[in-house]
Amino acid sequence: MRGISPILLFGYGNPGRGDDALGILAVEAIAALQLPGVECLSDMQLQVEHITDLRGRERILFVDADVACAAPYVLETVTAQQDDSYSSHALTPAALLHTFRLVYGKDAPPAQVLRIRGYAFGLGASLSTLATENLQAAQQLMAELLQRPKP
Amino acid sequence: MEHTASNTRRIAIDPVSRVEGHGKITLLLDADNHVQEARLHIVEFRGFEKFIQGRPYTEVPYFVQRLCGICPVSHHLAAAKAVDQIVGVDELTPTATKLRRLIHFGQVLQSHALHFFHLSSPDFLFGFGSNLAHRNIVGVLEDYPDIGLKGVKLRKYGQQVIAAIAGKRIHGAAAIPGGMNKALSDDERKALLVDIADIIRWSQDAVTLNETIHRQHPENHAFATLSTNYLGMVGAQGELELYHGGLRARRADGSDIFDQFDYREYGSAIREEVRNWSYMKFPYLTAMGKDNGWYRVGPLARVNLCDSIPTLLAEAARVRFRAFAEGAYVHDTLAFHWARMIEMLHCAEAIQELLNDPAITGTDLVVTGAKRAQGIGVIEAPRGTLFHHYQVDEQGLIEKANLIVSTTSNNHAMNESVRSVANHYLDGQEITEGLLNHLEVAVRAYDPCLSCATHALGKMPLQVELISHEGQLLSRVVKDSDGCAVSPHPNPSPSRGEGLRNPLSCSPSPLEGEGARG
Repeated sequence: MRGISPILLFGYGNPGRGDDALGILAVEAIAALQLPGVECLSDMQLQVEHITDLRGRERILFVDADVACAAPYVLETVTAQQDDSYSSHALTPAALLHTFRLVYGKDAPPAQVLRIRGYAFGLGASLSTLATENLQAAQQLMAELLQRPKP
Repeated sequence: MEHTASNTRRIAIDPVSRVEGHGKITLLLDADNHVQEARLHIVEFRGFEKFIQGRPYTEVPYFVQRLCGICPVSHHLAAAKAVDQIVGVDELTPTATKLRRLIHFGQVLQSHALHFFHLSSPDFLFGFGSNLAHRNIVGVLEDYPDIGLKGVKLRKYGQQVIAAIAGKRIHGAAAIPGGMNKALSDDERKALLVDIADIIRWSQDAVTLNETIHRQHPENHAFATLSTNYLGMVGAQGELELYHGGLRARRADGSDIFDQFDYREYGSAIREEVRNWSYMKFPYLTAMGKDNGWYRVGPLARVNLCDSIPTLLAEAARVRFRAFAEGAYVHDTLAFHWARMIEMLHCAEAIQELLNDPAITGTDLVVTGAKRAQGIGVIEAPRGTLFHHYQVDEQGLIEKANLIVSTTSNNHAMNESVRSVANHYLDGQEITEGLLNHLEVAVRAYDPCLSCATHALGKMPLQVELISHEGQLLSRVVKDSDGCAVSPHPNPSPSRGEGLRNPLSCSPSPLEGEGARG
């Protein structure tokens, strides 16, 4: 079995819904670089079983599309917080970190969320022009983040 | 979600609501205030059958995965089976067949684990009317960490099986026309074998837990229970078969309607009725007629219908299940959960068998044939029998598509279960929180995809309306996707029919009118 990569990039969103694919596309672009020590995962949404993906990491970056944040993206630190998303079919990053703490009895590794501004989320739509520009900017930031030393 | 100036709420496409859809239930009372009819509306319209017209048939197995975030593999495989026929292939290579079965077992395992542990177990562990804030998987992890963590790991394992074959957990590239896209490496096979003994043991525990819950709660036996026809796929010897076999339909007393029926002829065995108040169609067994031909599909149907289960532990569990009804069919709607866990155990055992089969790592993956004008793929998805039917033109573009998804097959039964529960728990002319909770439990037993919103535990976005026999709206309760219950606020005097109207109302066309999900 392979070892656990110290850095986890986790993109989520629905690739069939236009700009909702931003998180997944951003992470897939980094995955293509095959950087050592970096694992890239993606899924439609965050769910409780993803706590098992967080174990043993040094840093975690969640990447998601956002319909309302400032363009081109917002990067922020996220900490464990109980919210009401855990009784839905998808969790927020904060709720996922909270669940991690509940299950494993300790804090999850340090995590940030990169929200990339999206505009059009229609079923079957392709990425909008503005979102494509934001994606490029976000990818550049991600590449820079991966080169920074551990906080 | 955002608040508008009028302080109402608008649900936006944010990470929580990206897979939208919600249920609406209308309860129609008779003159004596009994629930005469219940209507479970699916108020989201997706129209996938229309979208894929004009697309190349090669795209279809990938395109239809977008039908559902929970069981994309089921749609992928059903469409792939149809496309196999379009490319003139009736039999895959042994390795390709085994890989398809393996990914299917992984899919059913993860979906069943999700449904019971994440969504339904809180109802049974905490009680139907318990605190919503705690009645969820995190509550289970807090109070029953052993049970909760097993559920999380079971689902994760099913996803790992899918990822190993398809390349990623969801929407990967597994099946291609006439076969499979990639071989399973020996390293991948060995990696999956590491945890399989635990997976089987935990699945056994889940069966035991469900059996115990059902036996120890006699009040659950009649809850939403219906005596119905059943439809499902069986193998050549009548055994449980989830990937490929003949269709079996039986009446509630176990007598045959048809057996070993070639699913490519489904059009003569099943018809679909369109009703003007719902986007979902109402399928029925042609031989039984529109009034008596409705049926149930899914785990309860399959475990009732099969003569055996071809893995040891699941077969022993099936025997105990059938003994519960003294050899007759188990009609208890809440026994769906018990049957679901028996199937999960079967999947775990079948995965182990396949991983130990030397052919599973073979590399002969594709066969070819002469192109045909149509293909019909049927599979037993987690929620029941799933039909994909495509016709293509000379250029290989989709001309016509028809999907009968499992939730659609259970449509009439869900309405009847809701009616049964509403009659029992409706007190007066007001919709109470208790009624709402019990309606949710009844609908959830079927594990419907309305879409994933129905999977939302304790937060099924749900609107319930109570309509008098004169058409007057007596009570309305709305729970949005945050689980907020809105106080009843009946409209003053809607004319008959207004209160029944679907907010997106229009009559669905036969090719468009359903929420197409497995």
